[in-house]
Amino acid sequence: MISEKKPGKICRYGMAIDIDKCTGCGACVIACAVENNVPPGNEGATDLTGITWLRVFKVDNGEEYPARQAVYFPMMCQQCGVETPCYLVCPQQAVDVDPATGVVGQMPERCLGCRYCMAACPYHSRYFNWWDPKWPAGMEKTLNPDVAPRMRGVVEKCNYCHGRWHAARQRAAEAGLRDIIPGDYAPACVEACPAGAIQFGDLNDPSSAPAKAAKDPESFRLLVKLGTEPKVYYHSKREWARRIGDPSQAPAPKEPARG
Amino acid sequence: MDKRFIPAGVSRCSTGRFLLWLAPWAAMLLFGLYCAGLCLVKGLNQTHMNNRFAFGLWIFLDLTVIALGAGAFFTGFLLYILKRKELRAVINSAVAMGLMCYGGAMAVLGVDVGQPLRAWFTFWYPNVHSMLTEVTFCISCYLTVLLIEYVPIVLKNRKLRQVPSFLVFEHELHKLVYVFAGVGTFLSFFHQGSLGGLYGVLRGRPFAFREELGIWPSTFFLFILSAAAVGPSFILLTTWLVEKIARKRLVRPQVLQSLGRISGLLLAAYVLLKTVDTLIWLGRTTPRSGFLPAQYYAWRPFGVWILFAEIALFLVPMVILLLPKLRARAGWLVSAAAMACCGVAVNRFVLTIQTLALPTLSFDRFLQYLPSWQETGTFLAVLASAVLVYSISFRYFELFPEEGDLRRELLRAPVTEPALAGK
Repeated sequence: MISEKKPGKICRYGMAIDIDKCTGCGACVIACAVENNVPPGNEGATDLTGITWLRVFKVDNGEEYPARQAVYFPMMCQQCGVETPCYLVCPQQAVDVDPATGVVGQMPERCLGCRYCMAACPYHSRYFNWWDPKWPAGMEKTLNPDVAPRMRGVVEKCNYCHGRWHAARQRAAEAGLRDIIPGDYAPACVEACPAGAIQFGDLNDPSSAPAKAAKDPESFRLLVKLGTEPKVYYHSKREWARRIGDPSQAPAPKEPARG
Repeated sequence: MDKRFIPAGVSRCSTGRFLLWLAPWAAMLLFGLYCAGLCLVKGLNQTHMNNRFAFGLWIFLDLTVIALGAGAFFTGFLLYILKRKELRAVINSAVAMGLMCYGGAMAVLGVDVGQPLRAWFTFWYPNVHSMLTEVTFCISCYLTVLLIEYVPIVLKNRKLRQVPSFLVFEHELHKLVYVFAGVGTFLSFFHQGSLGGLYGVLRGRPFAFREELGIWPSTFFLFILSAAAVGPSFILLTTWLVEKIARKRLVRPQVLQSLGRISGLLLAAYVLLKTVDTLIWLGRTTPRSGFLPAQYYAWRPFGVWILFAEIALFLVPMVILLLPKLRARAGWLVSAAAMACCGVAVNRFVLTIQTLALPTLSFDRFLQYLPSWQETGTFLAVLASAVLVYSISFRYFELFPEEGDLRRELLRAPVTEPALAGK
């Protein structure tokens, strides 16, 4: 569902991720889970049934030692801006593209759990709740009150920490402003990255890191030829790493990538 | 014990023998219901689907049985709209088969979704861009049409006909059969297409994505054509199977040959269009999406053999069914029909399972999936319920209206030749 236009500035939030800086520490993954009340993996969960809105892949250049090189790839929803695959296929408008932010949202309370959106997503950035969410005793006290936990049988995904966006809007409203105070809103992964590899901003603002990345010849996006205009830009000085975005050009990794 | 309910002029086995036949299927149904119950109560963690393999056995099953169930709408279309009168001999059986297929598909979909109680949301908040919305609307409506078409078959039962109001209702309902056949044909054409579109629109899955013709991807039209082509083959195959199991002549050989010929003609059109579509897909659509056609077939076990297997399973039966000499031989006719049914199953398998197994990201891996016993059990429940309902229908209702006449002919001039006399 595309909501009606809201008054105020129209943003197009995106990310610029420097994979040369990413050390694969996983702080972004933990920060994301804590911020968004993603429960710990169920006892029977695997890497394919667990929920991680953001996961870090290690990808190598396929060469033998000592020429072997590797990069770490933080992967979250790429917030497709055109022909958004998940939005187009959801049979009951549980997927929302907010024209005020460009963020692709998910309404778990309307989700049927048909998983058609998951089949449609080329980035595999959507996760199904195969189990009831459970937190170890006492841990439920750490839940973020701004984000509703999701129930079994529905799909969820990264929404650039929508709770934080709402809180930033609230603060702006309290200050008598219509638009978010610049720098007052950033997703948890951006804040948590110790290397400063993940940067966030408005692609409509030429001074933002993602807008600059969009014009940088050393930046690239994943599967851009699909024509869905993802809003996450990756940056690397290494030519082989930049080819990762294009499946017909990418080097064959020596080891299977692990997320 | 139940002789009063058995149609006049036909013979059926004893009640005890019939119950013995039903018993294993009933046991299978109970096991399947237990499996489905586990999935509903404990959740879809009982399956081997996952975040990457979001669809599995059940969606493959749905697409396949709905394609085979097309025999119901297409036979109705041929009989009531195109006036192929000889198909009156199989129309009741075709409706029953369609009902089994569509009913089973809907039941499995109810288990396959994470929140079945929210199924009505699709009708309340429909996304007009979604192929799944079209599928949901059309299948629900068509299942209703099939139920309405099935009611007169039930009401024609020897015992039920003795109730005057049932007789009047059945008579009035029968007057509308042309309307229902027309509505059913439209709905079925549409949802067969939407099921094709379901994967054809997936821009993010270049293996399944097809370019648009009008507002629909080419798979929309190919699914309609393949279902229409294979539907008559499925009716042919199941009729032959029922004849073998019941050890009775149910239809004249010309009926099955007519079904085979129609199937062959439509298969020819399908093979031609599918070839053009495959060439466009490999030569233009795939490179535009940033992929190389060879990448699709670089992973075992889905080598290029599966592409050729799919083509062969349509091409070979097409040739057999188009050649009158081969078509006249029971073995060839039935084998061709079986091959066409396998062809459509492979086609649906490729589009559902192979699509999800192939990686899209360059650093991602090929995935393998094997259904869990709970998934398999639920699948078996569909099969068992179909056999049970069909068996009961065959025993008590006139699924093959010519059966009585054929029996009388046989009694008058006993001949040993079976319905499909092979040379």
